[in-house]
Amino acid sequence: MSAYAADVAALARKDLLLEFRSRDTLPAMLLFVVSALTVFHFALPGGSSERAETGLLWIAIVFTALLGLARAFAAEREQGVLDGLVLAPSDRSAIWLGKTIGVTVFLVLAELVALPAFALFFHPLSWELVAAVALADLGIAAIGTLLAAMAAASRARELLLPLLFLPLVIPVVIGGVGASVAAEPGSFLAFLGLYDAVFAILCWASFEYVVTE
Amino acid sequence: MLGVLQAPDYTRAVIRARKLSKRFGDKRVLEGLNLEVPRGGFVLVTGPNGSGKTTFLRLCAGLYAPTNGELEVDAPRGSIGFLGHEPLVYRELTALENLDLYGRLYRIPERRERCGAMLERFGLWDVRNERAATFSRGMLQRLALCRTFLHEPNLLLLDEPFDGLDADGEKRLHLKLAEHGSTVLVATHDPKPLSVRATARLALT
Repeated sequence: MSAYAADVAALARKDLLLEFRSRDTLPAMLLFVVSALTVFHFALPGGSSERAETGLLWIAIVFTALLGLARAFAAEREQGVLDGLVLAPSDRSAIWLGKTIGVTVFLVLAELVALPAFALFFHPLSWELVAAVALADLGIAAIGTLLAAMAAASRARELLLPLLFLPLVIPVVIGGVGASVAAEPGSFLAFLGLYDAVFAILCWASFEYVVTE
Repeated sequence: MLGVLQAPDYTRAVIRARKLSKRFGDKRVLEGLNLEVPRGGFVLVTGPNGSGKTTFLRLCAGLYAPTNGELEVDAPRGSIGFLGHEPLVYRELTALENLDLYGRLYRIPERRERCGAMLERFGLWDVRNERAATFSRGMLQRLALCRTFLHEPNLLLLDEPFDGLDADGEKRLHLKLAEHGSTVLVATHDPKPLSVRATARLALT
């Protein structure tokens, strides 16, 4: 394993271990997404279109991700640990990649509960929907982790993260809903893949500037 | 010019500052600081609260960027040991896990042995498997010192290193500093305990 991969693995493993011990983030994400889908189930009028139902799933996913991202750098913020990580000789983008892997794992775990709940409340899952959610997770985690790091350094972090994050994930919702309900989902899935690739590269390259003054 | 540095060896400077300034918004913290810190020097950075001691160390560590002026630090990132006000450790990880993580990131050979040696050195071996969240202020400071010395840095930047330490902790730190041969900058409001070791003093006002 290369030194870079070893750094990323150590940082991602640390995030999973911290969550396993503190249980700060994942239970909140699970409770939120199930609660949101339950509320949507009772709020949506009977006979609503599949498009409307799928749209609500994407809203639930985006806000669940936001909940997790708000806590993404909490452990680093508490004891100033980000300074320690930044001072290490490893490539600083490894911090972003390790954290992005952790965020993706939490999102996937939340969706392992959310998608069956959606199928139970609304309509059966299609492979296009599952593929779109998987692709969206990568983009949400990539851009969300970068923005969470930016927000963590700010005093108005609770305000800043949603303000930055929500506009930037609008394309994810468009691509996700499109892939879930369109007759030809291929172009929407490709759009989501392109979004992931572009933002992953941008975030990977710019993380160093976010964590240094 | 805020600092007065005594007896520097200008031929082998590790840190060079020219007209160094740092502001946070409208607040001026450092202004027009000129100094050179020689390799192997032991510099005490003193001054009243708010004089910029911490800011200067953070500038040297690369955690802040200067507002104006130049700052050259002739030490690669991985060769700097930084002890700040915060211990820079994860509360939910044990003492050993915290050091092991830093050991991996600093690519320390024989990482586990070094972590163990450091924990023993600062009297934390018996609590190595306890989470940092359960540590007292003094134990956290000892753990922070373990982290700082773990990779045998060539440039040590210590901000109030005796904070929270009991007599035993202070003794252990004195011993470690006595055998540490590299350049050391210590920011402190009480220079007396280290004045014997100091080769120079930077007095910020």
